[in-house]
Amino acid sequence: MTTLDAELRVGRGAFTLDVALSAQPGEVVALLGPNGAGKSTALRALAGLLPLTDGHIALYGEQLDSPADGLFRPAEQRPIGVVFQDYLLFPHLSALDNVAFGLRCKGLRRAAARAEALPWLERMGLAEHAGRRPAKLSGGQAQRVALARALAVRPRLLLLDEPLAALDARTRLDVRAELRRHLAEFEAVAVLVTHDPLDAMVLADRLVVIEAGRVVQTGRPAEVARRPRTDYIARLVGLNLYQGVADGRRVTLPEGQVLATDEELTGPAFVAFPPDAVTLHRHRPETSARNLFPCTVAGLDLHGDRFRVDLAGPLPLAADLTPTAAADLDLTPGTRVWAAVKATQTHAYPA
Amino acid sequence: MRSARSLLAATAVLALAAALTACTANNPPSNNGAQNAPKVDGTVTVFAAASLKESFTELGKRFEAAYPGAKVSFNFGGSSALAQSIVSGAPVDVFAAASPATMKTVTDAKLTGEDPRVFVRNTLEIAVAKGNPKHIGGLKDLGGVKTALCAKEVPCGAAAVTALKAAGVEVTPATYEQDVKGALTKVELGEVDASLVYRTDVKADAAKIDGVEFPESAQAVNDYPVVSLGKAPNANGAAAFLGYLNSMDARRVLTEAGFQVP
Amino acid sequence: MSTPRTTPAPHPRGRRRPRGATRVPAALLLPALLGLAFLVLPLLGLLIRAPWSALPALLTGPEVWQALRLSLISATAATGVSLLLGVPLAWLLARTDFPGRRLLRALVTLPLVLPPVVGGVALLLVLGRAGIVGRWLDAATGITLPFTTAGVVVAETFVAMPFLVISVEGALRAADPRYEEAAATLGASRLTAFRRVTLPLVAPGIGAGAVLAWARALGEFGATITFAGNFPGRTQTMPLAVYLAMESDPQAAIALSLILLAVSIAVLAGLRDRWMSTP
Repeated sequence: MTTLDAELRVGRGAFTLDVALSAQPGEVVALLGPNGAGKSTALRALAGLLPLTDGHIALYGEQLDSPADGLFRPAEQRPIGVVFQDYLLFPHLSALDNVAFGLRCKGLRRAAARAEALPWLERMGLAEHAGRRPAKLSGGQAQRVALARALAVRPRLLLLDEPLAALDARTRLDVRAELRRHLAEFEAVAVLVTHDPLDAMVLADRLVVIEAGRVVQTGRPAEVARRPRTDYIARLVGLNLYQGVADGRRVTLPEGQVLATDEELTGPAFVAFPPDAVTLHRHRPETSARNLFPCTVAGLDLHGDRFRVDLAGPLPLAADLTPTAAADLDLTPGTRVWAAVKATQTHAYPA
Repeated sequence: MRSARSLLAATAVLALAAALTACTANNPPSNNGAQNAPKVDGTVTVFAAASLKESFTELGKRFEAAYPGAKVSFNFGGSSALAQSIVSGAPVDVFAAASPATMKTVTDAKLTGEDPRVFVRNTLEIAVAKGNPKHIGGLKDLGGVKTALCAKEVPCGAAAVTALKAAGVEVTPATYEQDVKGALTKVELGEVDASLVYRTDVKADAAKIDGVEFPESAQAVNDYPVVSLGKAPNANGAAAFLGYLNSMDARRVLTEAGFQVP
Repeated sequence: MSTPRTTPAPHPRGRRRPRGATRVPAALLLPALLGLAFLVLPLLGLLIRAPWSALPALLTGPEVWQALRLSLISATAATGVSLLLGVPLAWLLARTDFPGRRLLRALVTLPLVLPPVVGGVALLLVLGRAGIVGRWLDAATGITLPFTTAGVVVAETFVAMPFLVISVEGALRAADPRYEEAAATLGASRLTAFRRVTLPLVAPGIGAGAVLAWARALGEFGATITFAGNFPGRTQTMPLAVYLAMESDPQAAIALSLILLAVSIAVLAGLRDRWMSTP
């Protein structure tokens, strides 16, 4: 059964959005695209903050917006939760009352709403900050309060608008990993809007890439990264991403391959590196690179001034080459090559 | 139209000239007449009580016609406020007040050129809506209707107190208006049924209200004194204007406005 | 939202500043000082010319307290009515879009520039005993507003409410409307969002507007005397008493003015810390 089934068509002057979106229960879908692509418009339409001009939105078989039928359910009548880019925590309410706000709107009395809100803060590890005003919370704490506030109303559709964009790089790593855990536990549909490919690839089960109001590619993150259909995607999603278990500076992948990294970690971890960090050789190279894999060329595409090489082997890989390098190696589909990646060019972080 | 107006103006000038001659003849000691007075020109600044507005505006036009080169500039207002500003140093040639009490403020400050002279008297009437729908016949009827009186601090209010006392009538009004025009407006708008105002105000507004005379008004006569100021910037002009106020022409205009001219 | 009360910063005079650090150009300083003198000197004049020795006798008359009491009550009531009607009106102007909104806004602010006496006349024409609405009100209920304390409140509200509306509308425009959207996504109706989110957010603006409106109502003269008339204890507020005293007894007028001045300063100073967050 399709939980979310949406044809989002919104006309705004010269700009038109035309995006089809569907999701299964428990699925996290990321809308990825450059600024002005229409991601936020799509999110606002899903939230009921913006009526569609055409198309429809159905959630668990129930119509939320259908201009043809003259049907529009505004935000307050939709079973949704939204985490806004800058969180929009109510500055005059404590963290606890922010989380309790939606419950009170559902008719709970103050005490009952607070009692139900507190476990959400506890789950976010914020119980001791329950009485604080948003101005006294750090960026990461505010983000978690915003997530708790959105989840507390037990939405059937969770919408996240650039949930990590307002955080500094350090906090971002922690919060991203944490958000991933919460999303994994979330049983309904989550739609995430971001312009950051890393956020999209780490958090989402499926990517929907939008350019100028149109879907240009959809698929699992790894698929999209290795077989980008447009230059934009190639540049944007230029990322090899793997999940495994870390032990010191080694991350073991589920199929047994081992990746050497520069970060000390233990437990579940991600390893990521850009395609231009991968060098290709016809023969086993004399190299200091500690990650070396024999591969077969599966595909070859020119994107701008770069070749994106799709490699099959023990580890599916994407590599970027200059046209000269590609010509020197005389690559065609089926060519056997060695792929090398320096540990210093990888990024590992907790999952 | 134009010729009609100029004809009217010419007639007015002739009448004025005749009146001035008459006036000089009537008041031999005064040398305020036009013929033998010093040349009158420039602006004559006159502060006058609000109730004089209609008649003085008309008189000003006629005065200017009689004295080409002279111009009259009026400031109409509550007599007390005018007296206050004169005491505070306003450059004024002539002051016409609605009561001796307010004039006293100026004479006490020794600002007058000569003794004030009462040039008109005003009496009270009951202003009622057109057609007198409440059938008000005299002061005793005011107790049963909604009434506006002037505040006792202003001349028309003081006169009202005197008249009511003379009639032996006690009236609790809906409001004590700050000036006579306020009391009149309230009748005009139908907010009150009656108000005690000057006869001249009733005449000026005859199109919208009716006046009811009452005998006790004789005991509440308001004297209007006029005086030229000692430091008058335009002394000749002040003298000429005072002289003109005494002319037959001016007396007729004032009488027509409802004033009693002594 | 109100900032926590802090102890006042040490007076700048106590600290040594680098010479010339705050030099003000003479072209600004001179007119500034002139402006200051222009605003402050008349108030000083009241204090200097006040009949201090006769003051106790002048101020113990029952009419004075009657007028002061009526002024405070009616100004407060007018502020209350302004809040009740003005805040929703400000919301309508700030948060909704409909044809003619700009015209409506201009109309709302008209009483700011309208001479209050004209406002009073307009009120008479509409709410007077023979007015467009007043006639009907009189016929149906026997209530007439002119010459009553309620009439004073009506007149004061007419001139004071625009101050509140402008102030609150400004605060609403400055407040992020996305907070209302956030509330909507949590299931809040527009009314709930307004009550529980917007209202607390713009509370400082509402407070400042209420203080402005109150001050304006307290000083109201023209519309009040025109619409509500002048009757001691019922419609004679302090400004009316001052004006009439000026006709006969300037000393009493000065004394009354001093009271009005003292009350205004006390109230504004009392509310300043709370509502006016100007540093």
